[in-house]
Formats: sequence, C-alpha cells, structure tokens
Amino acid sequence: MVNLTIDNKKIQAEEGQTLLDVARQNGIVVPTLCHHESLEPSGSCRLCSVEVGEGSRTKVVTSCLYPVAEGLVVQTGSERVMNVRRTVIQLLLARAPESEQLFQMAENMGISPEPRFKASEDGNKCVLCRLCVRTCEKIVGVSAIGFSSRGPQKNVCTPFHEPSNVCIGCGACSYVCPTGQIEMHTSPAGDVRTIWGRDFKMAACKVCGRYFAPEDQLQYISGRTGVPLEELMVCSSCR
Amino acid sequence: MTSKIKSFSELKELQEKIKAARDSRQQRITICVGTGCLAHGAMSVADAFREELDRRGLSVKIDFRKTGCHGFCERGPMVILAPENIFYQHVGVSDVGEIIEKTLLKGEIIDNLLYANPQTGEKYVKEDEVPFYKRQTRTVFGMNSKVDPKKMEDYLAVDGYSALAKALKMKPGEIIREVVTANLRGRGGGGFPAGRKWEETSKAAGTPKYVICNADEGDPGAYMDRSLLEGNPHLVLEGMIIGAYAIGSNEGYIYVRNEYPLAVENINIAIKQAREAGLLGENILGSGFSFDLKVNRGGGAFVCGESSALFASLEGRAGEPRAKYVHATEKGLYDKPTNLNNVETWANVPFIINNGGDWYAGIGTDRSKGTKIFSLVGKINNTGLVEVPMGTKLREIVFDIGGGILNNRKFKAIQTGGPSGGCIPEAYLDMPVDYDELTKVGSMMGSGGMIVMDEGTCMVDLARYFTNFLANESCGKCVPCREGVQRMKEILVDITEGKGREGDIELLESLASSIKDGALCALGTSAPNPVLSTIRYFRDEYEAHIKEKRCPAGVCKALITYSVDSGKCTGCTLCAKVCPVGAATGEKKQAHKIDSDKCTRCGACKESCQFDAIIVR
Repeated sequence: MVNLTIDNKKIQAEEGQTLLDVARQNGIVVPTLCHHESLEPSGSCRLCSVEVGEGSRTKVVTSCLYPVAEGLVVQTGSERVMNVRRTVIQLLLARAPESEQLFQMAENMGISPEPRFKASEDGNKCVLCRLCVRTCEKIVGVSAIGFSSRGPQKNVCTPFHEPSNVCIGCGACSYVCPTGQIEMHTSPAGDVRTIWGRDFKMAACKVCGRYFAPEDQLQYISGRTGVPLEELMVCSSCR
Repeated sequence: MTSKIKSFSELKELQEKIKAARDSRQQRITICVGTGCLAHGAMSVADAFREELDRRGLSVKIDFRKTGCHGFCERGPMVILAPENIFYQHVGVSDVGEIIEKTLLKGEIIDNLLYANPQTGEKYVKEDEVPFYKRQTRTVFGMNSKVDPKKMEDYLAVDGYSALAKALKMKPGEIIREVVTANLRGRGGGGFPAGRKWEETSKAAGTPKYVICNADEGDPGAYMDRSLLEGNPHLVLEGMIIGAYAIGSNEGYIYVRNEYPLAVENINIAIKQAREAGLLGENILGSGFSFDLKVNRGGGAFVCGESSALFASLEGRAGEPRAKYVHATEKGLYDKPTNLNNVETWANVPFIINNGGDWYAGIGTDRSKGTKIFSLVGKINNTGLVEVPMGTKLREIVFDIGGGILNNRKFKAIQTGGPSGGCIPEAYLDMPVDYDELTKVGSMMGSGGMIVMDEGTCMVDLARYFTNFLANESCGKCVPCREGVQRMKEILVDITEGKGREGDIELLESLASSIKDGALCALGTSAPNPVLSTIRYFRDEYEAHIKEKRCPAGVCKALITYSVDSGKCTGCTLCAKVCPVGAATGEKKQAHKIDSDKCTRCGACKESCQFDAIIVR
C-alpha cells in the first residue's frame, strides 16, 4: 500500500494505481473527456490534470497516467490546474461549438467560451479525444478508423477517407463518442445501417424477425469466436 | 577494406601502419565537401583537383582528402593546404590549376583566395589565424577536417577507436563513472546528465536493452548533428559502442531523418566498414562483447525528435509522444530499457574515455561541462557551425567569432534553442552561454541553434513565424498543443495584420502558461517560449502593433507605408523601374513619389535605392 495526500486528505492506494482512479475511488471529482474505464489511458485531453509536489517544486501532471507514489502530495483544484482545465474547455468549445455535450460540460464547470478564439464554423464536433479510434482498435479489434494529418488539421477518418473494407458497422465508435460527432443512421425499415460512408446490411433475427445487427459484424464475431454464424442469427431478446 | 581486427594489439598495429604511410606524404590538400560547401559547388572543385593532380602525376605524393563540414559554411568551398594549413575560401574550379601551380609547388600565397575580415579588411593566411577559428575550441567538430567520412582508415589514423579499445578493458561501471564525473549533459536540448541516464538504463530490469542515437535534428537553422554524422560517422559509432558496452546493450538504432541523405549514406558506409573490421557485431575486438545497430530513416516530422514519439515511430506507429512518468531508461523502445542520446552527445563520449572525466569536467562552467557546437545563422557575417567551451559569452560568439552583424547594422536579438527557444535582447549579450543561464532568461540550449536578428526584424512577426511552425508540427495528440498553439498563432497573425485588440498580450500570456503546464510533451510545453520571450523583452513592439497600429521595425505589411524623402531623392528613376505595380513615379532628376494605394509594400524600391531615400513607417 502507498500513502498519499490528495486535496489535504490522507489516502491509501495500491501500488500501480493511477491518481485518477484513486481520486475517484475517494469521491474526488476529476473531469475527463478522453478517459474510459475499458480502455488504457491516452492522456490526450489533459482535463484530468492535477498538480503534484510541494512548495515551489510542483508540476502539473495528467492524473489518468500518473502512478501513485509514497508521500505524494496532490492538488486537484489548484489555480494552475484550473487554468489548464479552463483553457482546454475553451479551446474545445471553439473547435466544436455545435457540440451540446461539450457545452453542457463547460456549463457544469462554470466555464464560458473565450470570445477571442474564433469559433469553428465547419460543424465538426470532433474534439479528437480518440475514444473511437482506441475502441475500434483495442475493443473491437478491427482498426477501421485512425488519424490522418497532424496538428490542427488532424482528423479521425477511414484510410484515405474511403469506405472501409474492414469496418463491421458495429457502431461502437459512435456509442463511445462524447460529442455526437460520429453519426450512425438506420433506414426507416431498419434493414440498412449507414456509418463512415458505407451501408451495412442488417441481419434479421431468425425468431422475431427484428433487424438487430449488421451481417458483417455477425460474420466477424463468428470468425473470432468460432461460433457458427447460424447460432448468432438470433437477437439477444429471443435467445 | 580492412580485414577483421581481432584484438586490441591488432588495432594498435593497424593504426600505426596507417599513420606511417600517411607521414611519408608531407603535403596534403583538404577540401570540405560538407552539405553547405557542396551547395556552393565543392564537388566540382574536388573533381578538378583530382584530375589536375592525376594529370601532373602528383597523386602519389600528395594526400588529397575530401572531408565533411569544417563549419565556416559562409565561405565555402574551402581548401586547406598542409603542412602550413593555408586557408583558401570561395574556391572555384578555375582556381584549382593556380593553387597547385603556385601554392602547392612553389609555396606562393594566392592573395584573392584568402579570407578577409569583413570589418577591417585584414587578410589571414593560416586556418588557425582566421578569427572565426581562432577563438573556437573544436574538440569534437575539429576532427571533421581531418577525416574523409567514407574512409575508416582516416578515422583510425587520428587514433579512432582507441577509446573503444580502452573502454573494453574497463568495467562497465567504471565507464559510467567517467561519464558521470565528466557531467556530460544531453546535447539534444534537454540537458539531462548522460551519465545518470546510462546508469539508470544499466540498472533497469528487462532485456534486451536498446541504445539509440537521435539524429532527427529538425530545428530550422540548426545542422550540427547533420554535419557530425555526415563528416565523422565513426566518431558517433564509437561513442555508441562504448555506451552500449557500459549499459549492457547489444542492439541499437540510429534514427536519422531521411532529409539528410548524405548523413544516411555516410553512416551506412561507416557501419558496414565497422562491421567488416570487427568493431561492430559479435565479439568486438576479441573482448567477448557483441553489439550491432541499424539505421532507421525518419520521415521528417519535427515531433519525432522527442524521445517517446521517436520510439513510436521506430516501432512503426505514428510519431506521437506519450507521457514519460516512467522513464525511457526503464520503459522505452518496445517498453524495454532504452538509452537515447543525440548525435553530439554520443560524439563527446570517445573524448571523455580517452582523456578522462576529470579532464572533461575541467572545461565549461559550474554545471555545464565540455564544449558545445552552435549553429550560427541569420543576419551575421560568419554563418556556420561554431564549437566553444560552455560559458563562452554570447557577445564573443556573435561578434568575435561570428564577425558581427551583416552590413554593419545593429544587433537586435538572438534566438537560441531552435523554434521553441526564446529571443535574447542586447542587454544579455555578456551572458555566459550554458544550460542554466539560457533558461534563466527565458530561452534554452535546445539543439544549439542560434539565429541572429538585426534591427530590421519585427519581433511580433518573428514570434508569429515560429509559432506557426510549431502549430503545424504539433502531432495533434493533446489539446493544449494542438488547439492552443494554433490559437496563439491566430492572435499573432491578427496583431501583425493590424487586427490586434486590447487584451491580446494578456490573453497570449495566460494561454501560454496553460499550454506550458498542460501540454503532453516537450514540443508543446516549450512552444510558448518564442511568444513569452518576445513579450518579455519587446512588449513595446506588441503594444505599438495593437494600440498604434504601427510596426516599429517596418516589417508588417498591413501596418507600414512607403514614401520618398524628397530631400535625399536625386530622381535617378531606379525605384520607378523596379516597382512592379507602378506605384513609384516621377520625372528624371526630380524627387519621386510613391502612391500608397497602389503600393504592395514589397520593398523593391527600398532595396534598390542608392540614396537611402525610401522611408518606411
């Protein structure tokens, strides 16, 4: 066990834990955007920044990545920390002004947009939190989407912005997206799902006849698990 | 080609044999074919020498050597004639015959090929008399002018690989202690003590351990790593092999940017030669120690010089950094213990082993030891690579070695440490240059790039330039760097275009401090430096742009107007001739005028005017 102090509270933690996990376990609120408990931390949004150290020897670190250490002193709401958080939110608000989720988050944190930052007008709500890309790679295991370009031009896309051959239409990227950028549409009849510029034929449940999953996804699962495709053609309600 | 050297004594014998063969040839012609001189046509000059020597049957008697960069790039192509070390500059193909005829055969000096001090006109015959060289201490870089980078014999002739032989007889711990005693600090920018890094890697658990050379130098205007790797690749290799032995590594990489083709070529040749000679590979010099390395070419993303992004790139992934709360010495490349040092750091190692850590620690300042190679560019007379002991004053570098400001204009500032370094004003010219002093004034050592600016530089425009560079080179992984640097750039563009607003300076400052605290890697955390340092020392220029819509240096096009001083104008009509838009007009022998509405502020009139009659406000 490791002893540390977070916001003047004495806390015990297990070795190898991150500051974010320990803080949250102890009821200390640390905002995050790119964090998801099913995924390894990426440290890209920087919202979970905290200040560690004492006196004049302190530094701002990313709590989702920082390992606990004996005797560590942590401030989660210091001035430096709040400046980083405010700036991050304001920068993201300017990048994705049409994201309601982001606005809600800013409002909860009491942060208003910085008028000097020119708000983007392209309707793009992506804040490059990378949850979609990481989910597709690490959870789904297909890596149908990734990044192209760098710097302010960086964007999430399928390779060469063309409909992907490896995408299975599972929609995990869309579910995990915190800003509503990744849109997924289903035809009125429910037989076709459209995502990342590609139409996916939906499979109908053998029992109830309801369209429940893209055929590509069921084939992928069958291939990965060895369960015959026939057995997968029943929706979860009818199973 | 050298056959396999199997023991320390065989190496010694070979060195002596090569030296003896060289000593029999008293006269030597050395020509610099480093990248800078090549651009000035040095290869044609070298070919002409070869042909002429062959034609006259002198090739057997004369040692003719094509070497890497000598540093005085401003004056290329450069030729040195030994044993007198006569220094000829700006040598062209047409000079070759005369040099051989007069200087080589008769010992006469050719006056118009000598270097003349641009300020005094004084001429110098010998290389070490030239002020540019005289005040330098070229411990590391000076070897460049002694070896042909493509010939390992040349390196052996200057006792190359002696340090390796010495090191292999020492215990790894003893080598690390020498490097710790030397207090060699990382020359790539961070200034982290190399000895401590080596020690940490050697103690770290896990195999294999990797040794990497960072040759991804990408700072605009900096090229010392390039020139070392191009000019003396065996020196870098020797340093790496010693390091690998000390750390306990058998595998290494040289990560070099593909935009450095000559460096890639020469290091590959050197590796092949070293392998054939048994200096790389299994059982080096019969010591039982094995080490080999590969060259990995980088695609030229600036961020890939950052250690964790470099590892990602080496692993075949996108060059994005990761948080380094666990050091690379424990988890680096493929999460294995890794020791990454840059080219110049590795190149210092053989000298430390040969002369001892105490000798090395005797050079430099309290906390910065040894010499440092600086890349001196910008509005300066002697552009080039300069090696001086740590602690040398900026004034000495700029004025004594650099020969002062171009066209006798006034010094304004010097930007040190690459694009994310800071600008240092005149008031600090007497500052000793070392890691800590540079940090104190809001700049940094960085790669050692130095860009000299004269009074014609607008500091807001300069901050805009570097911030733009960094915004584009940001990998885009973390928000403060990707979005924040871009916003800083936009505000700076506004200010230079006359669209600055009250409060912009304060906003830049607060944005900068959030980025410094919040960014993921060193690119982001140092990106605000150009903005912060120019605000710190040239705040009045920012205010003039924002409040008075005026660019004091006369650079920002939206804020300046061109007019004619009718008292000085002689009516020579030259401005009217060069003006591309017909804004400058007037009768012969009468004062001219500039129509501000038509004028595109290209500056052609001012450049062409012989009478200093064009006013920029």
